[in-house]
Amino acid sequence: MTDTPVLELRNVTKTYKIKQGLFGTPKPLTAVNDVTLKLNKGDVLGLVGESGCGKSTLAKVLLGLEAPTSGEVLVDGKALGGQDRLALARRIQPIFQDPYSSLNPRKRIQDIIALPLRVHGVGNEASREKAVREILDVVGLPARVLTNYPSQMSGGQRQRVAIARALVMKPEIVICDEPTSALDVSVQSQILNLLGDLRREFGLTYLFISHNLAVVEHLATEVAVMYLGRIVEKTTVANLFDAPRHPYSQALLKSVLTPDPSMDVPETHLGMAYPNPIDPPSGCYFHPRCPAATKLCETRAPRAVQDAKGLVECHLHDEDVAMTTA
Amino acid sequence: MTDKPILTVENLTIDIPTGTGTLHAVRGIGFDLKPGETLGIVGESGSGKSLTSLALMGLLGRSIKTRATTMEFDGVDLLSASARAMRKLRGARMAMIFQEPMTSLNPAYTIGDQLMEAMTLHGNASKADARKRAIDLLQKVGITSAESRMTQYPHQLSGGLRQRVMIAMALMCGPDLIIADEPTTALDVTIQAQILRLLVDLQKEFGMAMILITHDLGVVARVADKVAVMYAGELVETGPTQAIFDAPSHPYTRGLLRCIPLPGKTERGTELGTIPGIVPSLVGDVSGCAFRTRCAHATPACRDAIPVHTAPGVRHSFRCISPTGFAEADDTPQSVEASV
Repeated sequence: MTDTPVLELRNVTKTYKIKQGLFGTPKPLTAVNDVTLKLNKGDVLGLVGESGCGKSTLAKVLLGLEAPTSGEVLVDGKALGGQDRLALARRIQPIFQDPYSSLNPRKRIQDIIALPLRVHGVGNEASREKAVREILDVVGLPARVLTNYPSQMSGGQRQRVAIARALVMKPEIVICDEPTSALDVSVQSQILNLLGDLRREFGLTYLFISHNLAVVEHLATEVAVMYLGRIVEKTTVANLFDAPRHPYSQALLKSVLTPDPSMDVPETHLGMAYPNPIDPPSGCYFHPRCPAATKLCETRAPRAVQDAKGLVECHLHDEDVAMTTA
Repeated sequence: MTDKPILTVENLTIDIPTGTGTLHAVRGIGFDLKPGETLGIVGESGSGKSLTSLALMGLLGRSIKTRATTMEFDGVDLLSASARAMRKLRGARMAMIFQEPMTSLNPAYTIGDQLMEAMTLHGNASKADARKRAIDLLQKVGITSAESRMTQYPHQLSGGLRQRVMIAMALMCGPDLIIADEPTTALDVTIQAQILRLLVDLQKEFGMAMILITHDLGVVARVADKVAVMYAGELVETGPTQAIFDAPSHPYTRGLLRCIPLPGKTERGTELGTIPGIVPSLVGDVSGCAFRTRCAHATPACRDAIPVHTAPGVRHSFRCISPTGFAEADDTPQSVEASV
């Protein structure tokens, strides 16, 4: 695609200072490490990885809740720093994981959904109420829930309210952080269908963070695999799920338990040791857990290789490295 | 492996008194389990899976009424057993692995203390023996430098490690039955696969029976020998795992399987199946099929008593007014109202 991506990350790094012990000197924890990503309009980028790999920090940076330590976030080709937060919030909205804690229990549904409109001073009382009713219809909730409190609603209904609140501002980009993992399977499928319908109807762009790979495979168009703050592989859904290239992506896919009783529980050979992000391993971050690791991986960090099959950060797929070691 | 079941449950009913009437949380369920066998109980939240496991362990509060025709563990009637007799069983011969490794370990005691507690309490080991077994088991569940972990506190361990500690703790007294309530739900996929692998291997090694409670059909398919599908306090379908996944007979079981995207089978980006409606209230009189409010094939006959159909030979049975469970009909809901 030739047009400007709606959302672009250029070498974004986010570092926290973690103090160890009472008198310890703070150590840097690099939660997001030099991430470059592009989202085109209408894309659904699935972001997968284990807990602690930096998925949620990346989402916070995108939402403007955290400023990147270095690098740039661009919306429509314009650097994020140049726009004010309010303008950004109109265009990027979040849907969080837990619909039980992300809705204010003391507010009625109509006030919860109307809040973004009020904050941004959109329209008057009457037009706001109309907008709330319209969006409620879009997410498939009956108008009678308007005066309910969140506690009177089921988990699936609450997640629909959360989606309505995100969409009432007509954003272009929606950041979904584990939107269905707190829900039962029968409800999960309804919410996934709804997200798919809304994307087609409003031309939305999603960043879809999930550890459920089957869900990502189903909904996403592109997938980025994250490990210890870095994107180790990014490609189309078909490429990743049919032929994963990075050994970590392969291990992740192998761990997925499809409901097939003829198959056993897989042996991933990954070991338990998710590395400590304060003290990451030398060379390739994944080498202590990698079945294909060589001497080179211990000392030299792989570079990102971008080719027709996507981006991958692994010596195995770097032709130059293969030549020098051969 | 013997053929005699170690656990037999028949007609288990759990009633919870509430302000607005009695909540019939579990209604007349039954299953049995042989040594070395794994039963997977599948169901959504509120279906009564966890209550069933707590009832087996004798951990339900006194206000909750538990009744059963039979609830027997290796010759001991769990319903009439004294508190003392239950204490002797619990932790020693029946052990439980809870869902949340974050909240089910005591933050104020070391891993070692918590591991050794059950064994020394049951009086069949000295402190030194208990310590030795704890270290052995920690190594067995794949925890490196087990000796130094013994002096650590739960907050110093990651979620995966804590769940491993929970498993080691359940195994301390060499139980005959393990009840694992969503043992991997709070964990990453990679860790989930490893923990399940570990559970299955240990179960084989020690010949334990296991009840695995989960909402994840993938976990059940891979781990369980037989499956019980629970809906609104009832077992709607039970049978050998292969039979259930090959020929799901109850409309609810089929609905559940349609709801999840199946890698390699479901076409990417297509509409997923749904089960419209919500779980009915179980307060007050409950009759007929509880699933009728969400079933595409519901007829007035569903309000009456529901017969159980059993496929010959394989012990695959389900409750439905149709002897085929409407397997030949189209399950697509006629009107999808988004009530959830």
